[in-house]
Amino acid sequence: MNEVGTVAIIVGILTSAVRLATPYLYAAIGEAFAQTSGVVNLGVDGIMLVGGFAAFLVALTTGSLWLAVLAAAFVGVLMGLLMSLISVTLKAEQGISGIGLYMFGLGLSSLLFKVLVGTVKTVPGFPTVKIPLLGDIPYLGPILFQHSVLVYGAFLLVPVAWWFLEKTTWGLKIRAVGQNPAAADSLGVDVNRTRYFSVCLGAALAGIAGASLSVALLNLFQENMTAGMGFIAVALVYFGGWRPLGILGGALLFSAVDAMQLWMQVLGVKIPSDVAVMLPYLLTIAALAFATNRTRQPAALNVPFERGSN
Amino acid sequence: MSAEANTPSRRPVRRNRVNWQDIALRAALPLLAVAIALAVGAILLLLLGANPISAYASMVTGVFGSLSGFTQSFVKATPLLLVGLGICIAFRASVINIGAEGQIILGAVMGTWFALVFRTWPGWLLLPSTLIIGFLAGAAWGFVPGVLKARLGVNEILSTVMMNVIALQLMNLLLRGPLMDPAGVTAGTFLAQSERLPEQVWLFRPEWLRQTQLHAGALIAILMAVVVYIFLWRTTIGYRIRAVGLNPDASRYAGIPVPFYQALSLTLAGGFAGLAGIVEVLGIHHRLLEGITSGYGFSGIVAALFGGLHPLGALPASWLFGSLLVGADKMQRAVQVPSALIDTLLGLVVLLVVGSQRWSKRWAEQRQIAAETARREAKAAAGGQEGQV
Repeated sequence: MNEVGTVAIIVGILTSAVRLATPYLYAAIGEAFAQTSGVVNLGVDGIMLVGGFAAFLVALTTGSLWLAVLAAAFVGVLMGLLMSLISVTLKAEQGISGIGLYMFGLGLSSLLFKVLVGTVKTVPGFPTVKIPLLGDIPYLGPILFQHSVLVYGAFLLVPVAWWFLEKTTWGLKIRAVGQNPAAADSLGVDVNRTRYFSVCLGAALAGIAGASLSVALLNLFQENMTAGMGFIAVALVYFGGWRPLGILGGALLFSAVDAMQLWMQVLGVKIPSDVAVMLPYLLTIAALAFATNRTRQPAALNVPFERGSN
Repeated sequence: MSAEANTPSRRPVRRNRVNWQDIALRAALPLLAVAIALAVGAILLLLLGANPISAYASMVTGVFGSLSGFTQSFVKATPLLLVGLGICIAFRASVINIGAEGQIILGAVMGTWFALVFRTWPGWLLLPSTLIIGFLAGAAWGFVPGVLKARLGVNEILSTVMMNVIALQLMNLLLRGPLMDPAGVTAGTFLAQSERLPEQVWLFRPEWLRQTQLHAGALIAILMAVVVYIFLWRTTIGYRIRAVGLNPDASRYAGIPVPFYQALSLTLAGGFAGLAGIVEVLGIHHRLLEGITSGYGFSGIVAALFGGLHPLGALPASWLFGSLLVGADKMQRAVQVPSALIDTLLGLVVLLVVGSQRWSKRWAEQRQIAAETARREAKAAAGGQEGQV
């Protein structure tokens, strides 16, 4: 293979990586909000599916892409309310309720897709927006500055989420109820309301993550189209040590592996596609085993709050 | 357990007496959950422009209207029960096994492979050893996340989900490679399925049931339910598994190696899911094919939760959900309502059951305390009278 070809391939892989990081970023940063407040929401994959379908349906029927994203966020919030009701108000085991939410979202999105759409259709998704000047930089331009709005949004979300969690009163409250809910409660922070807010905010972002697949990256909807991306997003939160910047690094690493296996198949590298598809999942397990910084884990993660019990 | 701990009486608790009132109350809540889920389903159907009454009626007639439908509910209950038994063991140790899908696959794949390699063996030897291989393969697939949790603190929910995808890809790889039916290769169809297994390894099906899919796997599953019940409630290892789940700190203090029992419970859970996988192969399809799990890895969780995480509760629960799945298939064919409706409702049932668990537990404790107080008051009254006489 000549040198120009190699460079083109590397640029191609990196461009795909940046694109593919988008759903991971929305979903994982959303999950980070929920987990920082002390709630593990394992239903992310289900929320992504319902959100992705809502966005697809709205785009298909109205043609308005922004309305589609709004719809995804809205159904995300509804799913978040359901999760909060079960795990915050009714204080159910968070792991199992999350799996219930996942099954509910998976089933509901399949049901609605089959009844309302039926066959695989495509929608005109968000167009590629080339940022003036920056987009013309050789190599770097196509990798970073020739994407759709939702891709830019995902990367902008990283500093915004950091600022929100670290520098605002709301962020402080969220961190407080995740670290020491009893202390937060004694200082007048409404623990359950803060958790509802964080879970719903995270779920809205998970909905948008689904929308980024159905109206920006793939421009179609299929049953179970996320194929476990939501679970990888939850793993990324552990991997990233509950920090937006760490999550960004993890998301890029995963999307790079994903992009590489896609490109290997395109280029006909002699490796069975089944093995290639396994790679990101194997990497997730390895990352959970060897690269999780547990010292940063919110102390009250997975613990329902009850006055007087802790 | 907590109820026993709360009992101040020094008399040994009579554990063989069956408290029917308690069982009835425990069964009422999950049944209410299913009723609510079905009601939500009816509203969904109305919104989608379908007639919920005819949809649900087609489900009922689908299950009870014919011998094939009725036996099919037991066919579907079999893997649900086997998976559910594993889930009971894991969840009792507070280990959440979402990996049954992958464990089913491993059991089915390795069992099929074994039976094909040793196809010359007589049935009395080949059938049991194939079942054992299936169990062991599933157990190995549960052992990995179990050890990762015990040694490195890896969240088992996430690792088992990842193991599911890896198992699925592994099966696809093998079905398109070494395990692919040679007949399909020569015929040029290249179907992703294995060669048909020799007849001596098929699970027994009586002559008069030849028109149905019912097979001896149902009996294996029922037997296993009893075995798991004895294991969890009548052996030291089972006691420790439950102790670890109820209170890990107290267990550690009592000298129980908590991580070991967590890993063990996940391994055993994988074993039962693996057994479910190979039983599906030997009982129904007689070969390995794509989609062997049919989502049992998830619906088995629902059945186990519904059965109160008790092996004997899982018996009726798995039949109920087996019937729901059969009914959903029939409904899809009869009134064109996608069976995904039932998947949705299963998710809702999980949410409702876990949502109500804490309250049902609290009510049970309150009843226990009330009964105990009443008993002691009665005893005190009786004692007082004796004193007077």
